[in-house]
Amino acid sequence: MKPFYALLGLVVVVGGGWLVWASRTTPAPAPAASRLVPAAADGFRGYTLGSEAAPVEVVEYADFQCPHCGEFAVLQLPTIREQLIATGKVRWRLRDFPLGGFPWSRVSALAAQCAGEQGKFWPMADTLFLTQSEWGRSSRNPSGFFRDLARGLGLDRDKYDACVASQRYAGRIEASYQEGIALGVQGTPTFFVNGRLKTDNNASSDRFKQVVDSVIAAQHKR
Amino acid sequence: MRHRQAIALLALIGFFIALYLWLYKIGAIGELKCGTGACEAVQTSRWAVWFGVPVAFYGVVGYAALFLVALVGVQPAFAMRRAPTLLLTALASGGLLFTLYLTYLEVFVIHAICRWCVGSAVVITVIWVVSMIGLKTWGEGSGEWFDAGVGSSPP
Repeated sequence: MKPFYALLGLVVVVGGGWLVWASRTTPAPAPAASRLVPAAADGFRGYTLGSEAAPVEVVEYADFQCPHCGEFAVLQLPTIREQLIATGKVRWRLRDFPLGGFPWSRVSALAAQCAGEQGKFWPMADTLFLTQSEWGRSSRNPSGFFRDLARGLGLDRDKYDACVASQRYAGRIEASYQEGIALGVQGTPTFFVNGRLKTDNNASSDRFKQVVDSVIAAQHKR
Repeated sequence: MRHRQAIALLALIGFFIALYLWLYKIGAIGELKCGTGACEAVQTSRWAVWFGVPVAFYGVVGYAALFLVALVGVQPAFAMRRAPTLLLTALASGGLLFTLYLTYLEVFVIHAICRWCVGSAVVITVIWVVSMIGLKTWGEGSGEWFDAGVGSSPP
């Protein structure tokens, strides 16, 4: 009988350990929208790409200085845009989640928001990620570099400068960060697919296609 | 006796599978470790809830019942009673029928296979087979005495 109880104990230890591990590596999903903290005083909830009628919304919490975010934006997002966003399946929402460990996270987030004020958020976001290796490792404040990027994108420089100087969207960035914390975001990039947290460390366009297709298939069955 | 031990072990494994799916369903776990997206397609379908209760919870209760009956059945006081074997067979049969229905839904209605559901289906099928063997071999030979460790060896 002893080996029998030993086996039962082994199953309990392995099974219980698995559950604890699973709950820690993939924390509870996002609370319902009604329980979210206010995103910002202006009600801003992040810039989006794609159709408002898309059946799936992916919310990405990202930091422009985070290398993983940059890698994802440069290597995976173009395919996602082509296969999922342009086809009307997905609406992509980018939220700021400036990590504490990077010195220029908030500076770059502010640059993107100020570009967004002039309708160039996504071109600026793309450029920030694309040039991340040029400014992300620098110990010098990259504000001047961002200013050059803004000019290259055709932004009104005076308006851009005024926006940055006044820190106009600093509160919006902080609110986005706080909302991410409230949702259980611990690192970047972190994704929510229709409100459910996805913490796939190997986020790829293929993986997103699988998840999105399964969500859409499930919606069709309902 | 051996078949009850086997069922207890298998039911405990099935219990953890069902518990995992149920915790996902109630939001305690954010994402299923599935390998493909099919688990979510199944778990978020409208068939994942039965009479307002997540299907996985029926699994939790069912496996818990199987485990407890099997565990009681291996105790010396119940080793020679036939009731645990009958109850295990009845529970396993109910579980198998329910699983067959769910598998049918996966294959022919939802068109998606959840690996954890397949794992649970395998477990309940093996439990049913073991319970049927236990039922058929009940009373054959004197092995039950030795396995149960009850009393001394018969002459």
